[in-house]
Amino acid sequence: MKAAQQFRPRLAERKLVGNVFYVLFFAAILIGVVGLLILLARILYEGLPSFGAALFFNYPSRHPEEAGLRAAIMGTIWLMGLTALFTVPVGIGAAIYLEEYAPRNRLTTFIEINISNLAGVPSIVYGLLGLALFVQWLALGRSVLAGALTMSLLILPIVILTSREAIKAVPLTYREAAYALGATQWQVIRGVVVPTAFPGVLTGVILGLSRAVGETAPVIAISALVYLRFVPGSPLDRFTVLPIQIFNWVARPQEEFRSLAAAGIIVLLIVLLSMNALAIYLRNRYQAKSIE
Amino acid sequence: MNDSFNGAYVLDARGVQVRYGSFLALKEVSLRVKRHKITALIGPSGCGKSTLLRCFNRMNDLIPSAVVEGDIYFNDQQINSSTIDPTEIRSRIGMVFQKPNPFPKSIRDNVAFGLKINGFTGRIDDAVEGSLRRAALWEEVKDRLDKSALELSGGQQQRLCIARALAVEPEVILMDEPASALDPIATLAIEELIREVVSDVTIIIVTHNMQQAARVSHETAFLMVDDNRSGYLVEHGETNRIFTDPKDERTEAYITGRFS
Repeated sequence: MKAAQQFRPRLAERKLVGNVFYVLFFAAILIGVVGLLILLARILYEGLPSFGAALFFNYPSRHPEEAGLRAAIMGTIWLMGLTALFTVPVGIGAAIYLEEYAPRNRLTTFIEINISNLAGVPSIVYGLLGLALFVQWLALGRSVLAGALTMSLLILPIVILTSREAIKAVPLTYREAAYALGATQWQVIRGVVVPTAFPGVLTGVILGLSRAVGETAPVIAISALVYLRFVPGSPLDRFTVLPIQIFNWVARPQEEFRSLAAAGIIVLLIVLLSMNALAIYLRNRYQAKSIE
Repeated sequence: MNDSFNGAYVLDARGVQVRYGSFLALKEVSLRVKRHKITALIGPSGCGKSTLLRCFNRMNDLIPSAVVEGDIYFNDQQINSSTIDPTEIRSRIGMVFQKPNPFPKSIRDNVAFGLKINGFTGRIDDAVEGSLRRAALWEEVKDRLDKSALELSGGQQQRLCIARALAVEPEVILMDEPASALDPIATLAIEELIREVVSDVTIIIVTHNMQQAARVSHETAFLMVDDNRSGYLVEHGETNRIFTDPKDERTEAYITGRFS
């Protein structure tokens, strides 16, 4: 009976402590989810009356009933397409160099640390850099090309970091198998490493692009708050994007424009959420494959 | 030139030492490998048998800190030299690994990979079928060549890896505990396969399973590890002789299970 004297199990108390923390943590997640739900409900309530075909096909106008997002939607598509064009090869190339070729020395470590730091630089800084470098120095003007190059700089650190993680996750045994068949380093990279890492790389690219779609500050620096009644026809044309058009409408005094702004936010959220969903889908398919 | 080759030996290691940084992993190994025979490398954990195996196809080149000293003759060519391209050596000396490691590609593409990277000019589909037949896998996979290799069982995956190695038509295949991750039935299938393919290729197999060495190999080399954790070769000879009449008492102690 000696053991019983030395232990005080207090089972009920221990379980109570567990339950208290369970409730606290559940409340923590509730705050986030409820906040998001209220936001969504409010935007849907305000925006749905203005959400219709006209929103997608009309140019912006002084008359709210005629105003639409056509220029902003096409501008966003242009910006996204050009940004992807620059980011994919440069981002993947940099990731491959850092993971596969770079010697392990101080310079490499320095570069790696700075890429991580760049991912945290505020986006307005990139906007001002783009304004000085692309708009003025390279004389590209306030064009969609200058905007896309700026966005590329902004999201490259994200793409490089996620691509590196994907490349790092390729098992050593795959590389060894390829080398043991007489593959050169490039054949190992091209034939085994890149195809295996590809879904992970693609996830990073999509997440980077979805960041670019939602960014406002760099575009304000590059393109200013313009009122455009045309769609870019070439990379050197002026452009506007969804967040700017939304910002423009929010700033107007009339109630009708507020509703338009909410409708614009719905469009932006649909774009962003479907891009994130695609990224999650790709990642899950990738993980399911590598577990098999 | 090398006087020992009358075609009887395919590989000849002379005074091979391996260092990882300042750590001596393998010291002074001299070993001749008979052509078209199965040579087993046995010994306790950490005795350097895998390290020795990886000297023959220059896989240690992939480890930045590894330094391999000594001469290794492949036929009459000294291959342990910075002037010899390891890529070419590896297309003539293939390797099968401990854990089955097919690429996450289709069964066909797994076998075709080595053919493509080495500039094979024949009909790829024929070569894929031939290699899969030699690896005794054709009948099981012929209807699903485009399915992922990762859907195969562990034993099938390892036979696919052997088919992949055979496709490049190597003279030697190095096997690093090829059955250690498999169940007993799949293990027997691999052993049978090894005995089949040795008519065209030389096989060096690392195994920690002495019964396996006794069952499949013609020649056995026994390695030990000293107090500094460096591996060394104790004895090498015909498998029958090593297991029935070892010359060295350490070999006898090991095969009778007095230490592991």
